[in-house]
Amino acid sequence: MVDLLDKHRGIAERHKRMMELGVNAVNLVNDRILSPTRGFIQGRETILAGTNNYMGITFDADCIAAGQKAMADFGTGTTGSRIANGSYAMHKELEAELARFLNRKHCIVFTTGYQANLGMLSGLAGPNDTIYLDADSHSSIYDGCTLSGAKLVRFRHNDATDLDKRLSRSEGEGGKLVVVEGIYSMLGDRAPLADFVAVKKKHGFQLLADEAHSFGVLGPHGRGLADEVGLEDDIDFVVGTFSKSVGAIGGFGAGNHPLFETLRYAMRPYMFTASSSPASIATSLAAVKKLAAEPERRARLAANSARLFNGFKALGLELGTDQVSPVVAVKCPDEPTTIMMWNALLQNGVYVNIALPPGTPNKLCLLRCSVSAAHSDAEIDQIIATFGRVVAGRGN
Amino acid sequence: MNAPADIVAQIVTLLQPYNKGGVTLTAETDIPAELNIDSVDIMDFVMEVEDFYDIEIPLNVVSETRTIGDLALVVAKRRKA
Repeated sequence: MVDLLDKHRGIAERHKRMMELGVNAVNLVNDRILSPTRGFIQGRETILAGTNNYMGITFDADCIAAGQKAMADFGTGTTGSRIANGSYAMHKELEAELARFLNRKHCIVFTTGYQANLGMLSGLAGPNDTIYLDADSHSSIYDGCTLSGAKLVRFRHNDATDLDKRLSRSEGEGGKLVVVEGIYSMLGDRAPLADFVAVKKKHGFQLLADEAHSFGVLGPHGRGLADEVGLEDDIDFVVGTFSKSVGAIGGFGAGNHPLFETLRYAMRPYMFTASSSPASIATSLAAVKKLAAEPERRARLAANSARLFNGFKALGLELGTDQVSPVVAVKCPDEPTTIMMWNALLQNGVYVNIALPPGTPNKLCLLRCSVSAAHSDAEIDQIIATFGRVVAGRGN
Repeated sequence: MNAPADIVAQIVTLLQPYNKGGVTLTAETDIPAELNIDSVDIMDFVMEVEDFYDIEIPLNVVSETRTIGDLALVVAKRRKA
């Protein structure tokens, strides 16, 4: 008999090697969360600098009160999918609020951000179509593409010329969907949207932007990268998540297409899973209203991002991108050094994400920070100082 | 159907940078199994094959291709198309 788990022995051995270095970086437990920027980890109060909590909204009193009221009024869960018994008035209210915020005609809410990409990509493209996806796309995009059954063509990261070349080789007769991200999660770099829009005008395709890390963060209205660069009219479909700037869990897809609502009956990841819980929907709704009403949160995030970026540059660290971004990734020389540095940061009260190949572009080993609007200047300075000490000691 | 020898030879050349273990590469070499390379490396390598021959090899086709000979047959078919 072939043991089905035999194929994972390599993963088990790699995990064992990491544990031998004294860390369990991929299974860390937060004992307590004290605030959007502080928690208790391994018995120590720790600055959280790897949580994607960009707006620092997770402990907002209004959002918490909205969640508590929704749970009291509507119960702990919906016990059904959106197409059965799981659509509540608040789901529709959140979709309407998001559509207003995004300045789109239609919006559909999903239970997680991962499912938003699975649903949108598999609903939009089918076996006769072709999806062109950026090589550094998030796993949810790869998985959504696979679920669609469409022909999949990968283009080099952020390279519109390479996309142009691959579109010129196209053999299919079906529809074409190009997928890019507003901010790429590992390195924090933005898609060169104007270049992609120029290719769109040359070849003709529909364009989807995943604004998971840029929704609420970029642009004068907080709608993402397309808002920042003034190209929203050229984006056919927007995908986003509630697990970052919204501080909850869930995701959405939005667009202006007259048949957009039909996707509700064509997306299996929407149709065949329970809808978001009342508490999650209510906190998301309260948070989206705050994103609209409180632009100072974006300004604070931008200032904090610049402070961390410039502080790391002054230390001579090599970063994932030359543009200020709420994702600040520090490139490290190799896997053992990265693990030792990550561990030293944690022991000195700073939590960041560790990112290792194959989950990173170009086999990079990264210590990935995400900045919050809720970080104080003193916390940002402490993150910088701790990195300085750890880099000087190379993990000691 | 045998894979065209010239295409096999070219694929072997393109694959060498990913052949860290110095495996002897032939038409029968199982790329993911024998070279012990991850899925990202395979996708990057196939991009180089696409660019060398100026053809499109969708990821769906890549996932059904295991040996150098399999890939050479895909290239031969798509060059004719």
